[in-house]
Formats: sequence, structure tokens, C-alpha cells
Amino acid sequence: MTIGAEVPRDRAKRLLSGRGRYVDDINLPRMLHLALVRSPHAHARIGAIDRADALALPGIVAVLTAADLETAVSSWRAAHKLFPGMAAPEQSALARDVVRWQGEAVAAVLGESRAVAEDGAERVSVDWRELPAVMDANQALAPEAAVLHGDMANNLAFAAEITAGDAEAAFRAAAHVAEEHFRFHRHSGVSLEPRGIIAEFEPGESRLTVHQSHQTPHQQQDLYARLLGLPEHKVRVICPDVGGAFGLKHHLMADELVACAAARLLCRPVKYIADRLESFLSDVHCRDHEVHARMAFSPTGEILALQVDDLFNAGAYGQYPRSSIAEGNQIIRLTGAPYRHANYQANLRMAFLNKSILGHIRSVGHPIACAVAERLIDLGASRLGLDPIAVRRRNYLNEADFPTTSVGGVEFENLSFTACLDKALEIIDVAQFRQEQAELRTRNVHRGIGVATFVELTAIGPEYYGEGGQHISAQETCLLRLEASGAVRCYTGATDQGQGIDTGIQQVVAGVLGVPLSEVEVISGDSALCPMGGGSWGSRGAALAGEAALRAAATLRQNILAIAASLLQKNATELTIEQGMVVDIATTYAHMAVSEISRIGHFQPYSIPGDVTADLTVVERYATRGRLFLAGNGVQIAIVEVDVDTGIVRPLRHLVVHDCGRILNPLLVREQIRGGAVQGIGAALYEELRYDPAGQLLTGSFADYLVPMAGEMPDIEVAHIETPTETSVLGAKGAGEAGTAGAVGAILNAVNDAISPFAASIAEVPITPARLLRALGRF
Amino acid sequence: MKAPDFDYERPADLPGALDLLARHGAEASLIAGGQSLLTLLNFRLAAPELLIDIGRLAALKQLVETDRHIEIGGLLRHCDLAASPLIARALPLLHQAIGHIAHPAVRHRGTIGGSLAMADPAAELAACCLALDGQFSLLSTRGQRWVAAGDFFQGIYATALAPDEILTAVRLPKGEPGGISIFDEVARRRGDFALAGLAFAATPQAGGLKGVRLALLGVADRPILARDTMALLESGPLNQARVEQAAARIVGEVDPPEDPAYPPAYRRHLVGVLLRRTLQRVLMAFSA
Ligand SMILES: Cc1cc2nc3c(=O)[nH]c(=O)nc-3n(C[C@H](O)[C@H](O)[C@H](O)COP(=O)(O)OP(=O)(O)OC[C@H]3O[C@@H](n4cnc5c(N)ncnc54)[C@H](O)[C@@H]3O)c2cc1C
Repeated sequence: MTIGAEVPRDRAKRLLSGRGRYVDDINLPRMLHLALVRSPHAHARIGAIDRADALALPGIVAVLTAADLETAVSSWRAAHKLFPGMAAPEQSALARDVVRWQGEAVAAVLGESRAVAEDGAERVSVDWRELPAVMDANQALAPEAAVLHGDMANNLAFAAEITAGDAEAAFRAAAHVAEEHFRFHRHSGVSLEPRGIIAEFEPGESRLTVHQSHQTPHQQQDLYARLLGLPEHKVRVICPDVGGAFGLKHHLMADELVACAAARLLCRPVKYIADRLESFLSDVHCRDHEVHARMAFSPTGEILALQVDDLFNAGAYGQYPRSSIAEGNQIIRLTGAPYRHANYQANLRMAFLNKSILGHIRSVGHPIACAVAERLIDLGASRLGLDPIAVRRRNYLNEADFPTTSVGGVEFENLSFTACLDKALEIIDVAQFRQEQAELRTRNVHRGIGVATFVELTAIGPEYYGEGGQHISAQETCLLRLEASGAVRCYTGATDQGQGIDTGIQQVVAGVLGVPLSEVEVISGDSALCPMGGGSWGSRGAALAGEAALRAAATLRQNILAIAASLLQKNATELTIEQGMVVDIATTYAHMAVSEISRIGHFQPYSIPGDVTADLTVVERYATRGRLFLAGNGVQIAIVEVDVDTGIVRPLRHLVVHDCGRILNPLLVREQIRGGAVQGIGAALYEELRYDPAGQLLTGSFADYLVPMAGEMPDIEVAHIETPTETSVLGAKGAGEAGTAGAVGAILNAVNDAISPFAASIAEVPITPARLLRALGRF
Repeated sequence: MKAPDFDYERPADLPGALDLLARHGAEASLIAGGQSLLTLLNFRLAAPELLIDIGRLAALKQLVETDRHIEIGGLLRHCDLAASPLIARALPLLHQAIGHIAHPAVRHRGTIGGSLAMADPAAELAACCLALDGQFSLLSTRGQRWVAAGDFFQGIYATALAPDEILTAVRLPKGEPGGISIFDEVARRRGDFALAGLAFAATPQAGGLKGVRLALLGVADRPILARDTMALLESGPLNQARVEQAAARIVGEVDPPEDPAYPPAYRRHLVGVLLRRTLQRVLMAFSA
């Protein structure tokens, strides 16, 4: 069976041999290069902009400011109708009047090469009037804070609350309350290939063609058409090879819109490739939350109540078109979600402040929701003298509870917390670890173990954004073309940014049709060629586009069998397709090849009776109904060693037991889990965008922004439980968030376990050596 | 992040390079492995009008052993030194340190001359040269001069090199028989520049140490010698009490610069940890 087989990614060989074709590999005739003049200040009024020196430079073609772009592109507001009270200040492609983060672009310099454009950008002088920088959410919400947006009374972008049961009463009655104040610092997705675009405008036809490193070509087509005022069918967005995306590349970015507007004004193709400094300055960022949380326990370790207060920030604006609310919203909806508890109280506040915009990066909100609850459980268990694993087990939602809607309002169809934990404990012998741990401690070697149970929201269907009023998460459509040779071309709305969903879909189509994998070619990432779809993000590719592909393949199979039945004078139900042959089910006799049917279907259609459905190009669609997400789940266990003298944490072992329903391809799922776990470990130990109090980014290169590297990573062990969703035939849920969702919690608990003999604890990530030693009171 | 425009010359021999330098001096920049310079150019922190590529200068690629010294050509790459049995035997401190420099790709391009001329305060080779009391040959059309490591490093990215000079070679005394060499550092990830590091050399003598050299990296604007601690370690037998005394002394001896991510107190603490670990190893060697 092709579905479920370990098939290497179809693009892997080509990409590994250096033959990838990324946006920057594409060069068009007469192409100009864009460099942006970025604000050196976090908050400043823009005075006169002098471009004469830049324009005098040979090779500089134009210098554009916000005023120049006004006729070419409109501004936007990141509103979401499910959150009606959320402030959505107006943002434009180039800043007008005021810049609100260091790195916000104020002028566009177009030159014959990027180097010349940068020379030009250096020569543009701007008369800045600095304004006070607001760099912390607490500071932003203080009464005396400078207000970022003139049409707002203060910097509060949104506030929300969830209440279930009576948390206060439960806390009063509880045997023990675990309480912690957490800080999760800001980081980003950091794709290997930075953001990039080539925009080409043909004035004769009002046609905009965009090559962009992106996850959602159809969303971009819609946005570019609307913001540039072009007919949608005249806009084509092509996503060539994409070198990592992680959610970073499913937003609209102002910089890219500048490239489109400039291409339109100058009628020449414009290339913009963000360099690494620009990436750190102006990419979408994530996390940056301060969470205060308490959990109430009975003497035997039942969770009685949970209270969560999340304070975070959107950066300077809401991220368009999705808005910036999801991270906080996921945190208040998901914290404690794996556990049965009836009394819940959660508050959320989102502020505006002078940093780059916060958006959706892999596993939005999940790592924080998970880490908060998992840490509180460990704290509570230790205070009550109970085994933290037993406390988890006794509180897990289990078979009898499903289906259920969590107190945070998330629907769970069927999750496998206990089965995942059982499997994890088969792989890691905790008792043996405890023995080693005790023995090693006598030699001043400090190891710790941390468990984290997580819920993973995947397969984001149309409802969340549909109700929000955005054109983002389309229903998924798959178009299959049986070519004359009998091979199949598959056009999908999913996109492949390195995760290999093309291969997963290829397996679905080949598996359902009954043809060899090599007979199916998947075509994705082109808004003009591929049927409208939502792209790949929110772990939606396999579950949604996969199901659409399954349906299309089933229809094509039906048509092939109908033709075969009519030619063979048989009943279609007596026939099946195996290995590209139409086979008699009873006798296993191979009657004819699919290629024969396609030949007849295309070139001798007159030999097929008119009442037979003989379509060889078929289209099917799939959309979830009445469900915002499909939840997956899992357990992670981390073992770390803490050098209590230097503060360096070394991950020794990392296990992820994961349930994403039906697995299309275990190789792809393991890659997702491992990559995700590495990003999670990065967030736990290394990655942080630091600013000084004046709003200057201190981590503008890979020398200061540390990403996890192979040398420090443990071998990440992966095991699966398969609980297929019953909402689709395929039964797949998503797998992209899981690794990241649980790693921070597992590492945080492991580090705290390691330092428990010192009566110290830490609740700030990344766990840097200096923070850890300070927690240990070493300096 | 594209370098500003520059001219490029690749002289075939040393006199050609010296001549170009003499003529262009301050407007020119030498390029060896490019591992530090290209970053400076791309960030536009440096904008030389001319790059003089010294990669072809065979005269700077010699590794010579004399009676008392090893002379290392300025163009020898980190990987050349790492692979050299001579270095492993005669300069074990250097040999240990090279393993901490960056990653294989960087080590295959970066050179000792480039590293020393760059004068990053956290560079391993600079600290080793200081610990070993190395001498650097600085050559120009005006002639050759030898400058001691202690005088060469003058601040963050600042050295005694004049604009027309090339660092052609490093002369380091061979280790004494029975000498102890220990290099250690703390870095966030393998290959990162150190948060703090230590290059230690000494010769055992009657339960104690003589000729103690102790250079620190990453804790000041340049590599520094911990002179008070060196003196303390030479002042009597080495035992647990003296280890603790020395660790306390060295913490008081350094004054790391402000850094929001790594406060001075943290780096000071690390120096104490590193010295304690180093001296424990020495004690272990004594008792073995
Ligand atoms: C990712 C990364 C990690 C690194 N990690 C470390 C580390 O952990 N430890 C460490 O020590 N280094 C590290 N480095 C720096 C590396 O060691 C460089 O090789 C070294 O700093 C410069 O050597 P180079 O030959 O590349 O010099 P270049 O970059 O070519 O030149 C550097 C400077 O020295 C001058 N120069 C070069 N050669 C001479 C000469 N012979 N005479 C006079 N001036 C000269 C140049 O004009 C220039 O100003 C790292 C570099 C990178 C890219």
C-alpha cells in the first residue's frame, strides 16, 4: 500500500544536489533590485526625506516613499471579526509620518543591482524626530506610556477572558496551589532561505506576476489583487522551491508589497530578497509572553482549578491578514487542555509596542500553553510528594471523556494521552534514570528528566478565518489529469516548503488509484495553475489537501473502472486497479493497463458508450464542517544535563510519542517531529531576539541570535500512536506543530528537575546560562 | 548586506603585496581567509577601496621548527595547524585550542594571521600566543619588526599593525619537556566564540608550579594575562587550598565589559570555574 509507506521526499535529491530553484535563483530581463531604507529608531516621526544624493548615483533608478506608493497600493488593517474588540491600526507598505519599530521601511531604493541599491539606501537621509520607545508590554499598558497609534487611547490592542466553573472557590478550597510567573522571550521562525519576491507588472495587460517564497499563493493572489486594485485573474503568484517557512511565510509582508508597488510604478520586474539582518529586524516574530498561572490540587493530586493570565504584545501593528491574536488566544484555550479540570479562569491582554510585528510561527501559542501547565503539574506534584507522572496520568482526559469540548472551548474528537504516555515509558525507563540521577549527583553531575503532554491543533479549516472575514483558509480542491500515457498530473492547493507534502499527496493519489507512485506527478505552488486552496500552514496539508486528493483519486478511479467495465462487458464492481492494471477482483486476472484506458479515453472516446462517465480530468473538494481544528496529541520526555558551574544545559535524550492519526508517510512525519523538536529546543535554550531599552535589536546576526545546531542536539527519538480522525476517509491529522509544542515544556521541566537539589527553579525561556546561574544563586 | 564596491588585487609574491600596501596603506585591506573580513564588508562596517588578497603568498605558508621555537606562517589555516603533528607535539596548547575555533568550514579558510590581526577579544589563538609569550613578525617595505603578543593586542579589534604591515609569521617557544598545557573555554554552542576561556601553561616543580602562564580570553577588550594569579600559583605547593585561593584571586583580577546577555559577574564567575577545573586537572596529573 502506497499510503503509509516510507517514501523519501521527491524533491530531496534535487535540493540536496544544489539544484533547487529558489526565488533568488530566478533572474528576469530588465529586473531591478530593491533595497529598503529602514528606520534606525524604534519610534520616531519621519521628517523630510532627502533622496537627491541617492538618485545621483549611477545605477539608481528610483527612490520611492510612502507618498509615491499611494496611487499604487492601498493600506490595510489586521482585523478579525471573531475578535470584534481588537484594535486594528492602519498600516501601509512604507511607513507614513511615524515609524514604530527599528527596521520599519520608509523608502524604497531601486537599482540595477542589490549592491548599488544598498549604496543608494545609504545616501537617503531622513530627518528623524525620535519618540519614546515602548519595549515591554507592562510598560506599554502603564498609564504614562507613549501611545503608538494616534487613533487609540492607549496601547491595549485586545483583552479577553474565559471563565468556566468557579476557579476562585476551588483555589480557596485546595490542598495545594502551585503558582509560577513565566517569561517566554521573543524569537522567530528563522528559515534558511529568507523572504524573497520578484514582482513583474505588464501594464499592457494590467498583469502582475509574482514569484515569491511563500506558503499561500492563493491568499497572496487575493491580497495583491485587492491591495493593488487589480482584477484577481490578472494576478499570478508562483511559489518555486521554498527553503523553509515555519509560518513566517504565510503572512503579507509590507516589504514584499513595496516590491509589487514599485514593479507596477516602474513597469520593470523588481526583486527583493531580505538579507539576514533585515530578517531579524523585520520578519514576523513570535512568543514574547509573560504568563502568570496557578493550579489548584487536591491532596491526591487531582487538578481542581487553573488560572492563567497572559500578557503579550502584537509588536507595532496587527499582522495582516491573520491578525496577531492567535498566539494569546491559543494559550488561554490550550493551557491545561490534556487534563480534566472544571474550574478555569483565563485572561489575556495584547499590547502594541515598538517591535516588529508578532505573527504566527510554527506551533502558535502551543509551546507556552504546554510549558505553563506542565511546569505547574511538576511544581504541584513535588509539593504534594507525588510522582509527577502519576499526577499526569490521573488527570488525563481519557477514552471515556471523548468526544469533549475543553474548558478552553476546543473540541477533542479522540485523543490518546494515556497510550502515548505508556509508550513513552516503555522507551524511557524512568526508574532506572532516577537511580542513575541519584548516583551521578554524588559526583556533582546533575541530570534531570522532564515530561510534557501536549495537544496539537492541526488542519485549520475554513471556519476560523471564514468567520473572521479573511480569504485565507480555503476549502481544498484537487484536480487530477489522467494523461494520454496513463500517468497522472495532480494539482493541489497545498504547498511544499521542504516538508514534503507533495510526496504525501502523491502517495494518496497513487494509493487510492492503484498506480505506481512514479506515475503521479504533483504540481503545487502556482495560483494560476492550481485549484484555489489554503496552502500549507497550521498542519493542514495532509489532513485537508490529502483528503481532497483522496476524493479526486477515488472519482478518477471510478471513471477508469467505468470505462474498463464498458469495454470489458463487465460490472465495474468486479474490477479493481493494481499497479496500473485493471484487475478482475475474483480471478486477479489483469485485463488491461490504465494507460490503455487513457489512450482510448482520449483518442478513441467514440468507443465508450455515451452514458458512461468517462471524465479523465476530475476535480474534488474537501472542507471540514463545524470544526475549527483537528486536535492531535502526544508526550515528550527530555533528559538534560546541567552544568551547575557554567549554566550550560546539554540535552541528552529527547523522545516524542505522537498521534497524528493516519500516517501518510512515516519518514515525513518523523522529519516534522524532529525538526519541530529542534525548533522547540531552540526556543527552550537558545533563540531570543533581544532589544535594548531604546528599542535597538541586539541580535541582528547568527553570532548573537543562536539557533540550535546539530552538535548540541540529541538524537530525537520518535514513536507513534495512530488514532485516525473519523471526520475524513483518510483519517490524517496534522504533524507539523507537535515537536515544537512540547519541547519547551519538556526541557523546562527537565532543567528544573536537574537543579531541584539546590532548591532553585527557573521559569524563563530561553534558559540561558546566565539566567540559570542566577536562579542557582551562583553569581 | 552587500559589500560596497572595491578593487581587488592578488599579488603573486610578498614584495608585490608589500608594495601594494605601501602605496595604498590605509585605503587598502588585506584579505586572507575572509572569514572575518567578509562579514565586516557585508555589514558595511568596513569599506576599503582595495582588497589585497594574500592567499598566493607561499612565503607565509611555512611551518618551521628551530631549536627553541616554532615559526608559523601567517597564512597557515586553522585546519593546517590542527592537522600538524609538529604542532601537536611542540605546541600542545595551540593544538587543544584549535578544536574550539568555529566549525570545519571556517577552519578550512581562516588563518592564524587573520585571526591575530582581527584581534577579537575572544579569539583562542590570540590568548594562546599571549600565554606562550609569542612574537609576531610585522613586515613592510620599511622593514621587519618583532612585536610581543603582550604589546600587539591593543584593544577590541585593535593591534600594533601599521596600515602598511603584514603579519608574516608567529614565533612561539616550544613547550618544556614535562610541561603542562591546558586550554579550556565555555561557549554556548560548539564552535561559538567563548564567553570566557583560559590558556594555561606551566612546568611542575616540587609539588608546585613554575613558569606559570595564564591568559584569559573573552573577559576584556583583548586577551589578558592574569598576573596576580600567576604569581600566586608560583608561590608554593599546589593543593586544594591554593586552588580555591587562585580561583578567588582570578575572579577579582578580571573586569569584564558590560553586556546585557552575559553580565560581568557571570563572566567573572566563569573564569573562576575554568581555573578551578584547570587546576583540578593539574592536581590529578600530579597524583597520577
Ligand atoms: C561562523 C564563524 C565562527 C567563528 N568562530 C571563531 C572562534 O570561535 N574563535 C576564533 O578565534 N575565531 C572564530 N572565527 C573567526 C575565524 O577564526 C577567522 O578565520 C579569523 O578571525 C580571521 O582569519 P581570516 O584568515 O579569515 O582573516 P580575514 O577575514 O581575511 O581578515 C581579517 C582581518 O585581518 C587582516 N589580515 C588578515 N591576514 C593578515 C595578515 N597576515 N597580516 C595583517 N593583517 C591581516 C585583514 O585585513 C582583516 O582586517 C569565526 C568565524 C566565523 C565566520
